[in-house]
Amino acid sequence: MKTIYLLIVLFPLVGALIAGLLGSRIGREGAHWVTSLSVGISFALSLLVLIGLMAGWVQPFNGTVYTWMVSEGIRFEVGFLVDNLSAMMMTVVTFVSLMVHVYTIGYMSHDEENWPAGSLAGVNAYQRFFSYIALFTFAMLMLVMSNNFLQLFFAWEAVGLVSYLLIGFWFNRPTAVFANLKAFLVNRAGDFGLLLGIGAVLFYFGSLDYVEVFAAAEADPDRTMSIFGGAEWKVVTVAGILLFIGAMGKSAQAPLHVWLPDSMEGPTPISALIHAATMVTAGIFLVARMSPLYELSEVALSFILVIGAFTAFFMGLIGLVQNDIKRVVAYSTLSQLGYMVVALGVSAYAAGVFHLMTHAFFKALLFLGAGSVIIAMHHKQDMREMGGLKQYMPVTYWTMLLGTLALIGFPGFSGFFSKDAIIEAVHASDRAGAGFAYLMVLLGVFVTALYSFRLFFMVFHGEGRMDHHTREHLQESPRVVTVPLILLAVPSVLIGLFTIGPMVFGGFFDGAIFVHRANDVLAYLGQDYTGPFGFIAHGFVTPPLYLAAAGVATAWFLYIKRPDLPPVIQSRLRPLHAVLENKYGFDDLYIKGVAGGSRALGGFFSRVTDARLIDGLLVNGTARSIGWAAGVMRRLQTGYLYHYAFVMIIGLVVMLTWFVFGAR
Amino acid sequence: MLESSWPLLSLLIWLPILGAVVVLALGDDREEQGRIVALGTAALTFLFSLGLITGFQSGTAAMQFVELRSWVEALNVNYHLGVDGISMPLVVLTTFSTLLVLIASWRRITVKPALFQACFLMLNGIMVGVFSALDAILFYVFFEVMLVPMFLLIGIWGGANRIYATIKFFLYTFIGSVMMLVALVYLQFQAGGSFHILDFYGLDLPLNAQIWLFIAFLMAFAIKVPMWPVHTWLPDAHVQAPTGGSVILAAIMLKIGGYGFVRFSLPVVPEASMTLDWLMIALSLIAVVYIGLVAMMQQDMKKLIAYSSIAHMGFVTLGFFIIFAIADRTGGSGMLLALEGGMVQMISHGFISAAMFLCVGVLYDRMHTREMAHYGGVAHRMPVFAGFFVLFAMANAGLPGTSGFVGEFMVILAAFQANFWYAFAAATTLILGAAYTLWMVRRVMYGEVTSDDVAKLEDVDRRELLVLAVLAAAVLWLGLYPAPLIEIMEPSLENLLEIVAAGL
Repeated sequence: MKTIYLLIVLFPLVGALIAGLLGSRIGREGAHWVTSLSVGISFALSLLVLIGLMAGWVQPFNGTVYTWMVSEGIRFEVGFLVDNLSAMMMTVVTFVSLMVHVYTIGYMSHDEENWPAGSLAGVNAYQRFFSYIALFTFAMLMLVMSNNFLQLFFAWEAVGLVSYLLIGFWFNRPTAVFANLKAFLVNRAGDFGLLLGIGAVLFYFGSLDYVEVFAAAEADPDRTMSIFGGAEWKVVTVAGILLFIGAMGKSAQAPLHVWLPDSMEGPTPISALIHAATMVTAGIFLVARMSPLYELSEVALSFILVIGAFTAFFMGLIGLVQNDIKRVVAYSTLSQLGYMVVALGVSAYAAGVFHLMTHAFFKALLFLGAGSVIIAMHHKQDMREMGGLKQYMPVTYWTMLLGTLALIGFPGFSGFFSKDAIIEAVHASDRAGAGFAYLMVLLGVFVTALYSFRLFFMVFHGEGRMDHHTREHLQESPRVVTVPLILLAVPSVLIGLFTIGPMVFGGFFDGAIFVHRANDVLAYLGQDYTGPFGFIAHGFVTPPLYLAAAGVATAWFLYIKRPDLPPVIQSRLRPLHAVLENKYGFDDLYIKGVAGGSRALGGFFSRVTDARLIDGLLVNGTARSIGWAAGVMRRLQTGYLYHYAFVMIIGLVVMLTWFVFGAR
Repeated sequence: MLESSWPLLSLLIWLPILGAVVVLALGDDREEQGRIVALGTAALTFLFSLGLITGFQSGTAAMQFVELRSWVEALNVNYHLGVDGISMPLVVLTTFSTLLVLIASWRRITVKPALFQACFLMLNGIMVGVFSALDAILFYVFFEVMLVPMFLLIGIWGGANRIYATIKFFLYTFIGSVMMLVALVYLQFQAGGSFHILDFYGLDLPLNAQIWLFIAFLMAFAIKVPMWPVHTWLPDAHVQAPTGGSVILAAIMLKIGGYGFVRFSLPVVPEASMTLDWLMIALSLIAVVYIGLVAMMQQDMKKLIAYSSIAHMGFVTLGFFIIFAIADRTGGSGMLLALEGGMVQMISHGFISAAMFLCVGVLYDRMHTREMAHYGGVAHRMPVFAGFFVLFAMANAGLPGTSGFVGEFMVILAAFQANFWYAFAAATTLILGAAYTLWMVRRVMYGEVTSDDVAKLEDVDRRELLVLAVLAAAVLWLGLYPAPLIEIMEPSLENLLEIVAAGL
């Protein structure tokens, strides 16, 4: 089996290398064929593995590929852990990636227009793009298939690298190169935590191998360490929170969320692939994978819960005031990631991962749909210039509608099952912070429906607000774009219905995700679970469904019935609107406060301590003093022999005196 | 000790020096032949140095390829050479870097080309001598003589302010090494008249004598590394030095400081090292954080990389001197990880700093400026070069998969075992290193083409491509598979820990 797993990761890597290094030789066609094919093979093999695991003719695998290094007998390895959790992730990653590959053929077909005249970097940009997304697929697969912390960190940073390269893909745009630097640095702030977490794991559990670490933690769960003075912290709590800080960076949880909206500067296919469906869910995956560790620390889980709840609601709110179509979807992603994190926080890991999967499909669909709109609009993204696109783009319209319904949790759609499972789990949990979280996720449902249909109505319904030239050229996107939309719409609608049973309430994740019996809210909910249709029926007696309906109704009233109202509301609620426009001031705090502060400090060190103190006072000061002393000494050197003789005699006398009387 | 059948180390020292003499004899008039001789000598030296790897017995801490001849009999000074797992990789790094520098500066120098080439060849021989000398006086001689070619390199081919930089460089490093000479002579008395470095190990010296010795060594090596606050000569020297000089300075000469700490300070005066480890840790962390912040403010690319070098060398000294704090906490495990991390960081920094300075050289050759403000949008004109530049920048920022990650990762993990806050401070490099390096990438590579000069840039030629590709391969190899290097080093470092432990 190891060979198959190797092939799954190596195909995209080889595809990326061919497209990247030989891009000019194989041309555009060659590049998109080689990468799409390689990712396609990866997908087929991953699906095979998943089916095999479910049917039982493949056993979970945990083995080493090669030993990176051995230090002091501790092995740092690269290896695979393939069980139901990773196989599910592998399948989702490769499927979405394949869809995005195909879609990109259409989306980037006129990419040369995005490059300035005479740019040599623009010549092979198309091939480079394919190389990057295939490379991303490789890195993401390495991440979900890892069996140890070292490789996790490797892949973690590697996906960050590709994200950096892709956000800044059109690097002649100042906004893009601002956004990619910001994304990398904020992610590095998260990785800072992750690395320290790995340090804690190695120190206290003596290994970097998942299975060994979990066993060591389980064996001594109450071990403590001191960080501030004498206060003792549980090691699992400290390690758990540190590792989660890494997850917060990658999965854009407040306050490390600021990079994700800006990442929309990248081409839309990667917004779908990296910044919605896969990379940003790495943090969710991380915590789920570490569930045996997190189960030992109530404190860490409560921390996770509160962070997720805050993100789920407050980031959704910002989505209400955005006018850039991609940014609305981006804030929606932040909010949905918050839901997943909330699920982790109440030990409903399976529900979190389940939402991760359904979200991957419908959010990729929404992004690619938004991209299709952007193609039609000649790369304009402002929704205030759209409207009435329904009649021009039927496929995009209908698939977007399905995706939106899945997102807001329309009964029977995939998002309904995953979101309701989370909300119910939070409701059932008695963990510290669960009450707050429950309120946040409930309110979040209303907000989600409101911003989703605000987008939908502003783009597809009502009067067309675009200029004449754009209107004349409006048309449905080509088939390479619409076919992926359709293929993504299918699981967006259906996958929840078929998988909620095994994944959330069944034993699908047994052996991969571990929950203490006392924490197991999903098992508690499972007692009443009678099947997907019973779950739907239950949905009609809980608040989320009605909150979502209210959200849709509000959106309809404000953007279809009375489009004159939103500006009025906006001016009435100006202070609140301003707070949302400013995104609660996080950006200002980081850019002016943190970045500005460090630069000021660096400037001080550079100009004052280094230049004035060390160089000015000590180094050149010493040189000057020596120069002065030399000047004095020079005057002694008169050139008269008797002067020298006199000094010599004096010196001799002094030395003799010292020898005779001094050194006894 | 393992004697070698033929004097490989001597060959690596004297072959390039002989080559230098030939190049000088050919003179500037026969520049073409001189260049070929220089390149040929460097290539041959590098090839011979590979014999060190193939002939090296890993699994032992003993000195290998040992040569011992009497030199100044009256003073009991010997011509005594040998390498172990600590020095062997550094020797190979030296011959490798010299070869790359000679390829990179092929036909680039018009003023006194013969002397230029000869300087690098001489440096090559001398630095191999520094790393392989087992006699203290021999070490000292190589250590001092090394300054001369570098002095000439900066003084003759340097930039506008080269005189200030050379004097600063020379005085700084010279003052340091004089202190060391005193220490070495003292140790010879204590070791019963032997200048053999290994005889200095395990001497039973009183603590206050150890402290004085430690300070003397510190003066010599801290300046070389360089450590804060004796670092200010480095940015000046780099800015003024020609590209090749910067490469050798960063890739090899700084390592001599680090090498000195493991060859002398730790094993010779372990008790003082332990007593003063707080100072070394503090200075190392200052290098990481303070210098990282300073690097962010640089406008000159070479200065930025110079400061970045100081910050990265902070991990070397941190790894070396954190071992006592680790031992306190764990009773031993983790010490080796720290030492190995420091050593790997030295090798890795050799590759990365060489690559970064060569990259700046590629740009400087075309634009004759190092000011970032004069650049912008270079990637539009030089896409191949941009690919390399971003790769090396990422390596400099410690991205996993590149060599820059390995040493930092090991040292941070080890630091965690000593104290959470050491690891915390060290790990800020993740953010700071990325901030200053990628800030440079953004300003130089990305954005619109800002000036006519940039619009006229030509991408790398074949020679430049070769050099950058070789370095890229090295950076990736060490990042993806550091196991062989660690295997070579581990027995010697284990032995070092035993010596240190015995001396406490």
